[in-house]
Amino acid sequence: MLVRGLRRKIGVILQLQVNGDVHEVDVPDHWTLLEVLRYRLGLTGSKQGCDKGDCGACTVLLDGQPAISCLVLAREAEGRSVLTIEGLAPRHVAAGGCGVDPVQAAFDASGALQCGFCQSGMILSAWALLARNPRPRPEEVRAALAGNLCRCTGYTQIFDAVARLATAGAATAPETSPEAVRD
Amino acid sequence: MGARDRHGIDPPWGEFRHVGQGSTKIDGLAKATGAALYADDLSLPLMLHAKTLRSPHPHARLRAIDSGAALALPGVHAVITGRDLPVRYGILPWSQDETALAVDKVRFVGDPVAAVAAVDEDTANEALKRIRVDYELLHPFLDPRESLARGDPPIHEDRKEGNVSKKVELAFGDVDSAFAGAAVVIEGDYDFHGTTHAAIEPHCVLARYGPDGVLTLWSSTQITHYVHRALSRVLGLPPHRIRVIQPCLGGAFGGKSDPFSLEFCASLLAIRTARPVKMLYTREEVFYAHRGRHPMQMRYRTAAGPDGRLAAVDARILIDGGAYSSYGLVTTYYSGQLLTGPYHFPAYRFESTRVFTNKPPCGPKRGHGSVQPRFAFEVQLDRLAERLGLDPFELRRRNLLGADATTVNGQRVTSNGFARCLERVEEASGWRQRRGRLPRGRGLGMAGSMYISGTNYPIYPNPMPQSGIQLKLDRSGLVTVFSGGNDIGQGTNTIVRCLVAEELGLQLEQVRVVAADTDLCPVDLGAYSSRGTFMIGNAVLDACRKLRGTLVSAVAESWGVDPRRVRFVDGAVVDLEDPGRSLPTADAFQLAEARFDTLGATGSYNTPSLGGDYRGGTIGASPAYSFTAHVVEVTVDEETGRITCERAWIAHDCGRALNPVLVAGQMEGSAYMGLAEALVEEHEVNRFGLHRGPSLLDYRLPTSVDTPELHSLIVESLDPEGPYGAKEAGEGPLHPAIPALSNAVFDAVGIRLQHLPFTPGKVLKALRAAAAERRPAVAAVSGT
Repeated sequence: MLVRGLRRKIGVILQLQVNGDVHEVDVPDHWTLLEVLRYRLGLTGSKQGCDKGDCGACTVLLDGQPAISCLVLAREAEGRSVLTIEGLAPRHVAAGGCGVDPVQAAFDASGALQCGFCQSGMILSAWALLARNPRPRPEEVRAALAGNLCRCTGYTQIFDAVARLATAGAATAPETSPEAVRD
Repeated sequence: MGARDRHGIDPPWGEFRHVGQGSTKIDGLAKATGAALYADDLSLPLMLHAKTLRSPHPHARLRAIDSGAALALPGVHAVITGRDLPVRYGILPWSQDETALAVDKVRFVGDPVAAVAAVDEDTANEALKRIRVDYELLHPFLDPRESLARGDPPIHEDRKEGNVSKKVELAFGDVDSAFAGAAVVIEGDYDFHGTTHAAIEPHCVLARYGPDGVLTLWSSTQITHYVHRALSRVLGLPPHRIRVIQPCLGGAFGGKSDPFSLEFCASLLAIRTARPVKMLYTREEVFYAHRGRHPMQMRYRTAAGPDGRLAAVDARILIDGGAYSSYGLVTTYYSGQLLTGPYHFPAYRFESTRVFTNKPPCGPKRGHGSVQPRFAFEVQLDRLAERLGLDPFELRRRNLLGADATTVNGQRVTSNGFARCLERVEEASGWRQRRGRLPRGRGLGMAGSMYISGTNYPIYPNPMPQSGIQLKLDRSGLVTVFSGGNDIGQGTNTIVRCLVAEELGLQLEQVRVVAADTDLCPVDLGAYSSRGTFMIGNAVLDACRKLRGTLVSAVAESWGVDPRRVRFVDGAVVDLEDPGRSLPTADAFQLAEARFDTLGATGSYNTPSLGGDYRGGTIGASPAYSFTAHVVEVTVDEETGRITCERAWIAHDCGRALNPVLVAGQMEGSAYMGLAEALVEEHEVNRFGLHRGPSLLDYRLPTSVDTPELHSLIVESLDPEGPYGAKEAGEGPLHPAIPALSNAVFDAVGIRLQHLPFTPGKVLKALRAAAAERRPAVAAVSGT
C-alpha cells in the first residue's frame, strides 16, 4: 500500500541467511535487521530495549562478530551470515553436541539469568569472545561484554558464567561465587 | 495470622533436598535460548499497533483536540482521547488522580493525550502527527519548594491543600527533651536526586477482545491483580470478563507496579476495533512514564550521649512527587516509618511532605521510600562516630536493636542477623587493618540498614489472604502449581518449585508452575514490598501440608504400615523401616487418587495483625525484617574529582537462603544499582520540563567495565514465621550502598558528600572547600 505522506514505500525483497537458513523477506526499506528478525521471521529471542544502539539486547552475530541489530538496516545484512540466540543450540547439536550450547548452560548454571531480557545479546557477545579467545582474562571478559547492559545482576554472575567456560589452565577464576563465600 | 500460617523452620522430611542447593532457575534455559516469550514477542492475527500522543508542555489546560485528520488516514482504525476513558484510577484507593489519557489538563511533559490504533507502527506514528491539540499553557512547577509555597495554579484542582500531595507528621517519645539533654547533636542537610528503574524491557501490552466479550490483556506488569481491578474500574467491564496475564518480564524494580496508560488504551482500542492491539513504549516513553525514586530534600538532627548511644532522631523531608499520586501516600510514610532499625533510639520525630510538581510522576523503586532517608541517616551516624572518635562499626554495635524487639514506632522485629552482617563485612573487607590506613585517595566506608518482607497493608483494605496457591496432582507424578505471584526475574516461580518439591518429596522436574494469569491462578498481590518469597512461600507450604497427610495415609494403608514409616523423597516413596520397599511418586499419587478422589489443594497466607496503634501505624509493619551491612572501597582522584568504586562487600540477612544463587544475584544487583545511583544515574528534567537525557546512553547505566567487584556474604538468621525461616533479599541489600560510598569518600579524602549524585564537580568543590578550611590564612593571602 502506497500512501501519500508516509515515509514508507513498497518494501524490497531481501534475501537473508539466518541461523543457516535462507529467507526471502518483504519489508519496508527502513526496517532494521532486528525488526526483520522479530516481526517477520518470528525470531523474538533478539530483544529491543532501546532501538538506538545503547543497550545491546538486540546483539546478534554477523559473520561471527557481535553486531547491534537495531543499528543494522536489514538490507545491509544481505550476503552475510546472521546467527541469533535461537541458532546456538541447534548449531551445537548439529556439531554433535547435546542439549544447549555450553555458553547457554553456563549462564543458566551461574544464575546469570534474572529477567533474561539482556541475556540473548549477552550470551552471543560472550560466545563470540570465547570463540576467538577461549581463555579470556577477567578484564577481557568485562571489555567484551561492555556493550550489553544488564540491569539485574550487577554482572557478577555473568562473569562467573564466562569464567566457568574458560578451559583447563585458564587464567580466569570466578571473581566471587556465592557457594564459596556463603556463611 | 492463624496457626496455619506458621510452618516452622525445619525440613519436612528430616533433611533439605532442594532448599539451600542453588538450583538453576525454572525458566533459565528458556531465557538462555531465546524461547521465553515477553510481551512484545507475542503477536496475534489481525493485530493493530497503537501509539500514544503525549503532551509537549509541563502544565497546560486542554482546550480542544481534533483527531479528524488522523482518523482519515488510511490504515488508522481508531483514535481515542481522555473523553473515551474519563474514569480515574490510581494504585491507592485514596488518591486516584490519574486518567489513561488527559481529560482536561496535562501535568507533565509526556502526559498521554491521545492514542491511535493503526495497521502498523509507521501509520500510527503518522496519525499522531495529524492530531491537533489546542493547549492553554499554565505556570509549570518544577521546584518542589515552589509547590510547597504556593498552590496557584493548582496541579490538581480538587485538592484541598494546594499542591501538597501528602503530609505525615509522627512523633514517638520525648524528642525535644532528648535533644536538650544530649551530649552530641549532629545536624545535616541531604539531597537525594531522582533516579529511575531503567529495566531493559520497555513497557508493552497486547490486548484482545474476544467475541465472547472477554478482554485478555498480556502486560509487562509486576502486579497482575491490581491491573485487573483497575481495568475493570476504568473500562466499566465486570472483572470476570477481564483476564490479565503477565508473560515473561524483562525487569521491573518497581517501575511496572502502577497501572499504566497503555494498559487501558490498548484494551479500549481492542474493544473499539474488534482486533488485537499491541502497544510498546519507546525507551523515551519509559523515561517519561517513570514512577522512579522520589527526589528528597532532607534535614536530619541526631542526638546521642557521650558514649555514642542514640537519644533521638528528628527529620524533616520534602518529597518531590511529580505530577500524580501513584504510591506517594505510602512513600511519604515510608520515608519516616522504615528508619527505626537496625538501631534502637528512644525518641523519634519526622515530618514528611510530598508535593506535586509538573514532572514525570515518581513512585516505588527498589527500596521504596527508605533508600533516601537511609542515605542521610547513615552518613549522620558516620559523622557522629567521627565526632566521638569511635569506629563506625563500634558506634553501630552500641546501638543495636537486636532480635525480638519493638521499634520506637511500634514495629515488631523478630529474627535479626544484623550483628552478624556487621561482623561479616568488617572481616571480609579487612576493615580493622585497612580503614584509615590506606594511602590518601583510597578509603573504606560502611553502613547498615533494615527492610521489610512484605507488609500487612494490602493496598486496598480487605480481609482476604495476601497470597494464594493452588496445587493439582497428576497421575504422571507431576504437580502443577497455580501461583498468582509475579516472577519478574527475581525467581519467584523457581522458589515455588523448590518449596513444592521439598514438601512433597519430588524431583524439581516434577513440578511445573503456572503463574500470574488471573483466569487460572488464585490471587497474589504482586511483586512489590519484597513480599514474594515470604508470603507466596508460606502459601505454598500451607497448600502442600494439606496434601501430605492424604498422600502418606494412602501409601501407608496400601503397605499396611504406620504412616510414620512413609517418607516422600526425590521422586519416590520409601518405607523408612524396610529399605527394599519403595514406589515412584506417580504410583503414590495414583493410590491416593483411587482412595481419596482427584487430588488438589489450595493454600494461602495472610499477615498477622501488626503495627503501631496510630494512624499510619500499619504502613511499614512487616511480618519479618531483613538486615544488611555494606563496606565499600573507593578511590578518589583529587585532580579530576572522579570517584571510582573498587569493590563492595555486602552482607545480608535473608533468613534462610532458600536458593543462595538467587539470593546472591539479588544482593549483587541491589548493590550495583545503589552504587550507580550514587555516582552516575540522574533522572532530572530541565527548565522546560524535558528529561535531560531520556536514553540508556545519557542516563548512564554502568556497564560491565564500570561495575565494581561485588562480594556477597549471606547471613541466615532463620525467621520463625518465614517459609523454612526465609525473609526478603530483593530490596534490602540496596540501602547501605549509597551512604557507605559517601562514608568511604570521607575516609579517602576527608570530605562529606551529602548531595547526590556524587559528581566530579561536587567532589572538586568539596575538596576546595576543605582545603580552604584547613588553610584559611593561606587562602586569604592567595585571594588578595
